[in-house]
Amino acid sequence: MAVIRDFAFQGMQMLLVLLLAPLLTGFVRKVKARLLRRQGPPLIQPYLDLIRLTRKDVVLADNASWLFRVIPYFVFATTWIAASLVPTFRSGLMFSWSADLIAIIAVLGSARFFLALAGLDVGTSFGGIGSSREVMIASLAEPAMLMIVFTLALIAGSTQLSTMSAFMNSPEVGLRVSLGLGLVALIIVAIAENARIPVDNPATHLELTMVHEAMVLEYSGRHLALIELSAALKLLLYVSLIACLFVPWGISPATAEPKLLIVGVAAYAAKLAVGGILLAVFETAIAKMRVFRVPAFLGAALMLGLLATLLLFVSRSF
Amino acid sequence: MVVYALYSVAALLALAPIAILLGASARATVAVYGLSLVVTLILVIIALLSLFGYTTASSSVTLPLGLPWLGAHFRIDAVAAFFLVVVNLGGAAASLFALGYGRHEHSPQRVLPFYPVYLAAMNLVLMADDAFSFLVSWEFMSLTSWALVIAHHQLRENLRAGYIYLLMASFGTLALLLSFGLLAGPDGNYAFDAIRASHPSTGLAALVLILTIVGAGSKAGLVPLHAWLPLAHPAAPSHVSALMSGVMTKVAVYGFVRIVFDLLGTPAWWWSIVVLAVGGITAVMGVLYALMQRDLKRVLAYSTIENIGIIFAALGLALAFKAYGMPLAAALALTSGLFHVFNHSLFKSLLFFGAGAVLNATGTRDMEKLGGLIHRMPHTSFVFLVGCVAISALPPLNGFVSEWLTFQAILLSPQLPSWGLKLMVPAVGALLALSAALAAACFVRAFGFTFLGRARSTVASGAKETDGFSLAAMYFLAAACLIAGIVPGLFIDALAPVVQSLVGGRMPVQTGVEWMSIVPIAESRSSYNGLLLMAFMIISGMIAAFAIHRLASDKLRRGPAWGCGYPDPSQATQYTADSFAQPIRRVFGTVVFRAREIGDMPPPGSTAPARLTVELRDLIWDTLYAPIALGVAFAAERLNHLQFLTIRSYLSLVFAALVFLLLVLAIWP
Amino acid sequence: MRGIAFDVAHMLAGSLVLVSFIQLYQDRLMALINVFAAHALVLAASVAWQAFVQDAPHLYLTAVIALVFKAIVIPAALHRIIVKLGIHREIETVVGVGPTMLLGIGLVALSMVVMLRVTADADPLAREDLAFALSVILLGLLMMVTRRNAVSQVIGFMSLENGLVLAATGAKGMPLVVEISVAFSVLIAFIVIGIFLFRIRERFDTVDMQALDRFRGERR
Repeated sequence: MAVIRDFAFQGMQMLLVLLLAPLLTGFVRKVKARLLRRQGPPLIQPYLDLIRLTRKDVVLADNASWLFRVIPYFVFATTWIAASLVPTFRSGLMFSWSADLIAIIAVLGSARFFLALAGLDVGTSFGGIGSSREVMIASLAEPAMLMIVFTLALIAGSTQLSTMSAFMNSPEVGLRVSLGLGLVALIIVAIAENARIPVDNPATHLELTMVHEAMVLEYSGRHLALIELSAALKLLLYVSLIACLFVPWGISPATAEPKLLIVGVAAYAAKLAVGGILLAVFETAIAKMRVFRVPAFLGAALMLGLLATLLLFVSRSF
Repeated sequence: MVVYALYSVAALLALAPIAILLGASARATVAVYGLSLVVTLILVIIALLSLFGYTTASSSVTLPLGLPWLGAHFRIDAVAAFFLVVVNLGGAAASLFALGYGRHEHSPQRVLPFYPVYLAAMNLVLMADDAFSFLVSWEFMSLTSWALVIAHHQLRENLRAGYIYLLMASFGTLALLLSFGLLAGPDGNYAFDAIRASHPSTGLAALVLILTIVGAGSKAGLVPLHAWLPLAHPAAPSHVSALMSGVMTKVAVYGFVRIVFDLLGTPAWWWSIVVLAVGGITAVMGVLYALMQRDLKRVLAYSTIENIGIIFAALGLALAFKAYGMPLAAALALTSGLFHVFNHSLFKSLLFFGAGAVLNATGTRDMEKLGGLIHRMPHTSFVFLVGCVAISALPPLNGFVSEWLTFQAILLSPQLPSWGLKLMVPAVGALLALSAALAAACFVRAFGFTFLGRARSTVASGAKETDGFSLAAMYFLAAACLIAGIVPGLFIDALAPVVQSLVGGRMPVQTGVEWMSIVPIAESRSSYNGLLLMAFMIISGMIAAFAIHRLASDKLRRGPAWGCGYPDPSQATQYTADSFAQPIRRVFGTVVFRAREIGDMPPPGSTAPARLTVELRDLIWDTLYAPIALGVAFAAERLNHLQFLTIRSYLSLVFAALVFLLLVLAIWP
Repeated sequence: MRGIAFDVAHMLAGSLVLVSFIQLYQDRLMALINVFAAHALVLAASVAWQAFVQDAPHLYLTAVIALVFKAIVIPAALHRIIVKLGIHREIETVVGVGPTMLLGIGLVALSMVVMLRVTADADPLAREDLAFALSVILLGLLMMVTRRNAVSQVIGFMSLENGLVLAATGAKGMPLVVEISVAFSVLIAFIVIGIFLFRIRERFDTVDMQALDRFRGERR
């Protein structure tokens, strides 16, 4: 019985992230539009876009290989799995032990690896420029992310997200300067990973500074729908990650009775909303950077991560 | 067991004269590689049996060779058995590959006699149980591989590579010779048992450590002793490149492990600082160099340097834990390092085979002239992709598992009592993370510009898929990469006796863990399950594909790629490998390589072409090797006068030398 | 209480190190001065917290001095100076942000290793305070070494001095007199340097230190 229940929770989380992801994207767009005094598209617009895209024919470049056609499914699958492994409304889910935080990041890394290959497959300059910049960004963002993981894992004594989240909810955490540094660095990484302003602009297709959109320029129809859904899932994943590590309140622990689940879901929805609003405000308030300012921006995240790890040793219990 | 292993090695040695007798005929190729395949497989079985402890019979043998009072000792313990598996698995794969690949060799008589001897020499290094046979086998290994490097001696660059390799190899052997000399002490106890029993003083041990890092490290390719490696490895025929990069560097790692972990006794804590620093820097430098190369095989060679750096960082960590008497943590770090040794031998051999297949099909290793091979070499490109994913440390393949274990070991570093190490280990972790991310970029580049896109030259557009033997070898290695990635627990358990004998502890047993996860320390701390992750990936990808194709649309049209309304038929307008690396070059290269871009724009009206030149400087070469080379040239210039003396002056020189030596003897205490 | 006291002191001192890093990251003089004001502000908060925790009212005075002089008066004066000198838009060519930051992190690690080893059995509060203070001092020195402009060297010097104050307040029992004398000596140094800046500028038409080297006959 317990197994079935656990399985149900895991399935619930998978469905929940899948269904919520486009909503979050739509919500951010809506808030941004309202901040600019525009009406903005309806909240469900991303769903409509996805449905419309899946109904269209795929137009494949003459030169595209089998890899190009497989990659959207692969990217979607990996991103979906990674998003399902981050605690959202309930921690300690059935398969949460199959990958710890380092593995989740690496799973996202494999999605990016293949997406960068897709950019090179057709052999146009757009794909090349996108892939080339994407790997440059990743080469700084990934180590920064790992330094953040180190910081948090050294504090919590675990790389398992459920354990970490539970520890961050306990009074032993205390105020630590490392946590602040880690949070700032994590936000920078999240912005870069999700191709948001100021690193990249998700709202443009033909601009010389674009990165992610240039890489996926050749995709159309259902393939594009999957890529867009993966991007939305990734955004949801990072908001959930920040939420479960830095605002872990309300996540119902694995042993809790099902009634607490409602609290968990409500808290999760509230966190997503706050995260979306903050992201929209930040994106509205700031201008996009030149591509070659980005390394300095991400380098700062790497330095902060490193500094956070160092300063850990003068905080309490070390 | 060791007797059978020695018989097998003797069989390999016997193959050399057969190869010479058969000459350049096609039969020679089949005979040498086929028999090498059989013998290496036998050696794999012997090594596996010894590793899992199925042989209780005495596995030590003394042959009446070598130094008369010493003899040649050979023994297979757990450590040697593990490395024997690595070497012979790589050797078997290379022999299988060469059954097909070797047929295209234009001068087989320069490769065939040396190949089995080279394999034999590597086996002998691992089995040697005294310093004398170790060094002799080591030097034998160097010389045979040198002969293979200059097999294609018509190319000037290969000769230069061979020359530098020979110099560095002799230098490395000299360092090892001194190191063993110090270990053996004034009494000359060259047998490993005697060395183990003697406890060298701290200063002496430190000196031995440094000499070992120099000696074994120069063979493994540690920065800054790596200069020969990216020249020599690509110069050899591809299956030999695979052996040199995938296997011989591991023999060098074995040398380091044998001396530092086994013979040298308890380590001092600061040793680990040296090894960690060298390892971390090697990892990052190696991959940065790799990103700047256009030659596919050279990219792979530099990436070997990176992986050696990762291995040494893990070994350094193990040394630190061992020095402070923390056997469990040391076991975790050492397991991660040795597992990476195994993994790297798999995927690096695989990648070199792939590069060999491409070289065979197109005749070029220059990535700027390749492209689009995924359409013409589908199998090769698939297995090469597997290798790329594995080496980029991405789940669910094996490269990630060893990297993950290393990170888990790094996370144990706060338990170390030394403040310096506490702060240093996370920084090394940052270097490793950086090198992993850069490696992914490097292999996106290597795969993307070799196999994807449109063909950049006529040789690339006319390429043909490679032969069945080569493909069999590559598919075998790719499958091994996958298996080691999804059920790593089996491999970790297999490593337990090796680790136990070196650091006196082992990781928890993994085979009993449910769902075949790996749990290095405790379930609440960290766990990873590649099998489940892969199953999830496949299932959710299938669900998505099925749902979309059934419920929405599965139509497909072909059309030209989008070019902003300016369709470009020319392949030359594609992104190039150099431009792909440009952002990373700008971020890291300005400091590390003093990279400069010089744009030359002719004035308006001029018909001269505009030029963009990129200037990269190899600072290690400029600051370390160039002065040495200059000094040697200067000394040679000076000593040149000695060539033109009269007989009387020569005689007086000899006489003076004799008198000097006698004087030294006279005043020697 | 003990936990919170330590946590807040740790947060503030850590923030001071962070602001030092932000200083290193700036390449415009105007922004640099603003960050320096923030530096002094964090210092004032940190000293005030120490006063509260150690129950030492004279430290409040130090905090006020830091707040008034370093966070308000000196930045305002520097603003005026650089506007007058016409260098407020100048972008300084630093040694390179990346290497400087890496060097800075190395210095922080070094100071932590040294301090934590030396003060193995001291009070944890004083211990981490000293480690942070040494980091701030070293970062200030690094700033002075890697900058060419005289104004940023002055700022580097003053943030170094902030580190000294942090160390002094963290170690219990530092007399007030020392505090005040340190503060005033810095003020005087600042005035002297300010005057010198103008004199240099009158003479050589620049405050770039490399230009001054030329007049000594170096760097031909």
